[in-house]
Amino acid sequence: MEKKKLIRGRPDALNDKIMHYCPGCGHGIVHRIVAEVVDELGIKDRFVGIAPVGCSVFAYWYFNTDFHQAAHGRAPAVASGIKRARPELIVMSYQGDGDLAAIGTAEIVHAANRGENITVIFINNAIYGMTGGQMAPTTLIGQKSTTTPLGRDPRKAGFPIKISEMLAVLPGSRYIERTTVTSPKEVNKTKKAIKKAFELQMKGEGFTMVEVLSPCPTNWRLTPKDALKFVEEKMVEYYPLGVFKDEPVFND
Amino acid sequence: MARKAFVDEERCKECGLCITACPKSCISFSSKLNSKGFHPIEIDHEKCIGCGFCIDMCPDTAIELWEVAEA
Ligand SMILES: Cc1ncc(C[n+]2csc(CCOP(=O)(O)OP(=O)(O)O)c2C)c(N)n1
Ligand code: SF4
Ligand code: SF4
Ligand code: SF4
Repeated sequence: MEKKKLIRGRPDALNDKIMHYCPGCGHGIVHRIVAEVVDELGIKDRFVGIAPVGCSVFAYWYFNTDFHQAAHGRAPAVASGIKRARPELIVMSYQGDGDLAAIGTAEIVHAANRGENITVIFINNAIYGMTGGQMAPTTLIGQKSTTTPLGRDPRKAGFPIKISEMLAVLPGSRYIERTTVTSPKEVNKTKKAIKKAFELQMKGEGFTMVEVLSPCPTNWRLTPKDALKFVEEKMVEYYPLGVFKDEPVFND
Repeated sequence: MARKAFVDEERCKECGLCITACPKSCISFSSKLNSKGFHPIEIDHEKCIGCGFCIDMCPDTAIELWEVAEA
């Protein structure tokens, strides 16, 4: 079959390096979604990502944009600094749940509460991926991890933390949505949410975050297909999808 | 002109997410091995309708959508 014209391929904002992520990892899907949005908004030359500590520590290897990398949990603080120094840049803090919801809890709460004009992409895969599958604050009740081999018991290990709901009650947060990537339909909703978040940042409206429920087949010990099912059946039940906040912060 | 999906076999990691998403069941694993040791997918171009759902799901940007000349 003779190829005539490319209709859709890798977005310009991603380079052609093969990503180090495991087969079926949600990070790869979300990287592509972010890159497609960067292309659509035409902001590749003024976009800065902040990579976290976690599997996506090497996100900067793959984006054809500027990138920084922050100490564990500190990406929102670094993003705040970059945005304040260079307000014309579009700044994304990209973080996992260990990074954002454990060691980085202080940074994310205060960046949101200050109404920093940055966008956070929060990859909730309910586990510490990079270090070998330890319990994260977002690990579900009963979910097995290497540090909760019998399943998470809330009497010993506390409850899974709902970050989107928490940040939505802060007066400084502008837009908070939780999405997932379990089907083309959900992928497109995630894309719409990420686009809206960057657009609000471009208008100077303040802190935006998209939490993406994302599969980690390797540390969940599931096939990529069953990992999507786990998100659909187990994670969405505890972490409902939807918009948690969409209100202007400053009314002047 | 029709649209068809094409795989870059070297990029494919055999995760199968595209297979789950394809409405025409026209994607399967081939018996080939790429240099990383994965069996890349193959696409039955007779059945492919060019919807791009496989691209939406692929974590490794291994699939492209092309306009093709009818054979
Ligand atoms: C200060 C510090 N403490 C602990 C670690 C070890 N560490 C590396 S990644 C990680 C957690 C990563 O989990 P998550 O943020 O959920 O990202 P994922 O790998 O699942 O994408 C931890 C605890 C570290 N690198 N630095
Ligand atoms: S360990 Fe999990 S989060 Fe990390 S690359 Fe593999 S699948 Fe993705
Ligand atoms: S473009 Fe659509 S029909 Fe063709 S292989 Fe991909 S998902 Fe299947
Ligand atoms: S989704 Fe991509 S990497 Fe996974 S099997 Fe299909 S082409 Fe290969």
